[in-house]
Amino acid sequence: MSLNQIFLDPWTQTGDLYGWILLMASLVSLSCSWLGCFLLLRRMALMGDAISHAVLPGIVLAFLWSGSLQSQLALWLGAVGAGLVGAFLIETLHARSRLKEDAALGIVLTAQFALGMVLISVFASRIDLDPDCVLYGELAFIPLRPYLNVLGYDLAPLPVVTMGGVTLALAVLGRLFYRPLLLSSFDPLLGRALGLPAPYVHYALMVALSITVVSAFEAVGAVLVVAMLILPAASAFLLAQRLPTMLGLASLHAFLSSLLGLHLAIALDCSIAAAMVVAGAGLFGICWIFALLRRRTGRLSVQRQAILALLEREPGPLEVVELARLGRWEVPPLLTLLGLLEKEGKVLLGPRGVRLPGEEVPSSTQGH
Amino acid sequence: MRFFWLGGWLLARPASAIRIGDLEGANLLEQVQRFFSFSDPALGYALVGSILLGLACGLLGTFVLLRRLSMMGDTLGHSVLPGVVLAFTLTGQKDVVLLLAGACLAGLAASFSVWLLQRTTSLKEDTCMGLVLSTYFALGIVGLTRLSKSGLASQTGLDKFLFGQAAALGGGDLLGLGLAALLNLALVVLLYKEMKLVAFDADFARSLGLPVQALHGLLMLAVTFTLVTALQAVGAVLVSAMLVTPAATASLLSTRLPKVLGLAVFFGILSGCLGTFFSFVGSNLPTGPCMVMSASALFALAWLAAPEQGWLTRAWRQARRRRKVALENTLKDIFLLHERQASVDLEALCQARGLTLKEVQSRLKTLRRLGYLSDHSCLQLSPKGQDEARRLVRNHRLWELFLTHEAQIAPDHVHRDAEELEHFLSPELVQRLEQRLGHPTLDPHGSPIP
Repeated sequence: MSLNQIFLDPWTQTGDLYGWILLMASLVSLSCSWLGCFLLLRRMALMGDAISHAVLPGIVLAFLWSGSLQSQLALWLGAVGAGLVGAFLIETLHARSRLKEDAALGIVLTAQFALGMVLISVFASRIDLDPDCVLYGELAFIPLRPYLNVLGYDLAPLPVVTMGGVTLALAVLGRLFYRPLLLSSFDPLLGRALGLPAPYVHYALMVALSITVVSAFEAVGAVLVVAMLILPAASAFLLAQRLPTMLGLASLHAFLSSLLGLHLAIALDCSIAAAMVVAGAGLFGICWIFALLRRRTGRLSVQRQAILALLEREPGPLEVVELARLGRWEVPPLLTLLGLLEKEGKVLLGPRGVRLPGEEVPSSTQGH
Repeated sequence: MRFFWLGGWLLARPASAIRIGDLEGANLLEQVQRFFSFSDPALGYALVGSILLGLACGLLGTFVLLRRLSMMGDTLGHSVLPGVVLAFTLTGQKDVVLLLAGACLAGLAASFSVWLLQRTTSLKEDTCMGLVLSTYFALGIVGLTRLSKSGLASQTGLDKFLFGQAAALGGGDLLGLGLAALLNLALVVLLYKEMKLVAFDADFARSLGLPVQALHGLLMLAVTFTLVTALQAVGAVLVSAMLVTPAATASLLSTRLPKVLGLAVFFGILSGCLGTFFSFVGSNLPTGPCMVMSASALFALAWLAAPEQGWLTRAWRQARRRRKVALENTLKDIFLLHERQASVDLEALCQARGLTLKEVQSRLKTLRRLGYLSDHSCLQLSPKGQDEARRLVRNHRLWELFLTHEAQIAPDHVHRDAEELEHFLSPELVQRLEQRLGHPTLDPHGSPIP
């Protein structure tokens, strides 16, 4: 498959199909990335996993009740209901019994997901829901959905409109409640001392998560959405020092992984949502390497300064082994670093050890 | 149009393969009969498979639960998928051994990835697991959807690795499950003491010189192998539940490790068989979700009604204790009023504890039914009631005396404590108290000890 076919044809040959797909993908991954940042900071990354699985029975029941995908309100109610039940069960299980939090998560997550799958199978004839779609959705069908009709003009496919509304609402709410969110994520104790209602913040986040997951459900399914929550946030976390930077980087990651994922899906001819996650994982890999390099240079520069300071303090040439003992370093990496320093002219390596360039070599007659 | 290429695989997929229970025109009752007559050869395979599965998962799950690795199980369960798909794509055939080998490699790569991420970044453990889980799963889905387009995946039943299909269990799968069960049994029997120590107190184990890291690696290896062999029966998405849920159910029922292990195996086997049964009887039900639902239902039952830990049993026990205290308090109040030779009437009883008339009347009714009140007069104690009330007052005053004499607490601080403890002092303890205090006759407030 030529590069033209992968990168140009989708935009030139197929009308606005890919435009809608990319827009939907970006909206989903953007709203997930913002939520993911707060989940990650609150150490609730797996809670996102659990809630995204737990909304399934709610979705199925809403389908049964309303009879189709069209009733967005029923879907939201079902998902929020199921999500809150899941969050509450997890809290109760691990607060009221001997089970630890990880076990509570694992049990509730699988139980609710299994319930949803059984419901789907039992009512297979009455709901139009593919078990595989539950796992990874189908972005390619988004442009085929009915359009929102405003004044006789087809505006946009309904799922895109819904997801756009959710993204906008998340952005506005996030801006309005930025400070309480920030405080309760970084320092819950101080937040509580200042009178912040911590449980409300927790459950509000769970409601937002449930609504986002269910709106994105059709596009990316209930399992891959976990990646959209965690990948951008984790990548940004590795590079950013401040929350606004982290949110910005996560948004960038979300958009880039949507774009790259779309083209990857065309190249590999596979599920778009899965390809988006793979592209996002690739971006995460790049961020990881950056973080590793920065950590290494940071550590090396600290060690360099420490070596020079030690040499200044100790008179005369110092045996390498002695230097390693004083600084509690390993000998082989120390030797590499000393070689670098010698090349820069910062230290001199002589037969009797290491010394600073300006230092006099004490003559052998001056015994101690 | 390229777009239809992309979406086409979904439409082009043939209907799902035939399941155990899919028989034309069979109703529920006939299906149940067919299940228990065991006439279906695939059913025998499925049942043996779920028994082996329950055994393997129950044994290992207990240690996974104790080491707080439940979500690691979930991570491994999801991440074996790309291994299966890759092995299939490379060899082009559904050879059980090759698929299992691919899955095992993917699982090991996943646990290594989690370890590496945790070591080299500042990300928390749960984030690392979520990252690895979703990335590996997405890789698997990429491969699976690529295969699906050509219809290959459904032909070979590769898509059954998502939600499991016990009906499709073959001899090779059973061999794998049996091997996993045997290996786990060997692991638990041979390394019981070491695994127990590491599970309960890893620091102490390290200080004794046990290779904690190696044992952890061994456990991860066994978990990976078990999950991989269970894939065909339960599916990648829910397989971790078979590891965690039966063990969690068992841990609610007992605190002794050997008993927990036995119970976990029992619940594992039970939920496996129940899941197979429901998947067989109902039409169009995938086995994995059915097994997990059965396991979760058993867990819910244990959580509500376990003899020690159960939520309902605890609530019931608490209510019973509260009722006992309330009745005994009323009994004591009557005795005290008689002792003070005050007028014993309903109003006085209400005032003694700030109760409403209705509450006092209902308590008196219960006391009468239990034979603590004399038959002639409403507020006279029967001999039995007299004894009981005397015992309570005696407990109360003895304890007050003990607190003032032995614990040097001021006499005006001891009443509240005694008020609570008087209901729960055992006869032996009371005897010891008397001996210790030299069979006293007066309490710190000068009232006689009856």
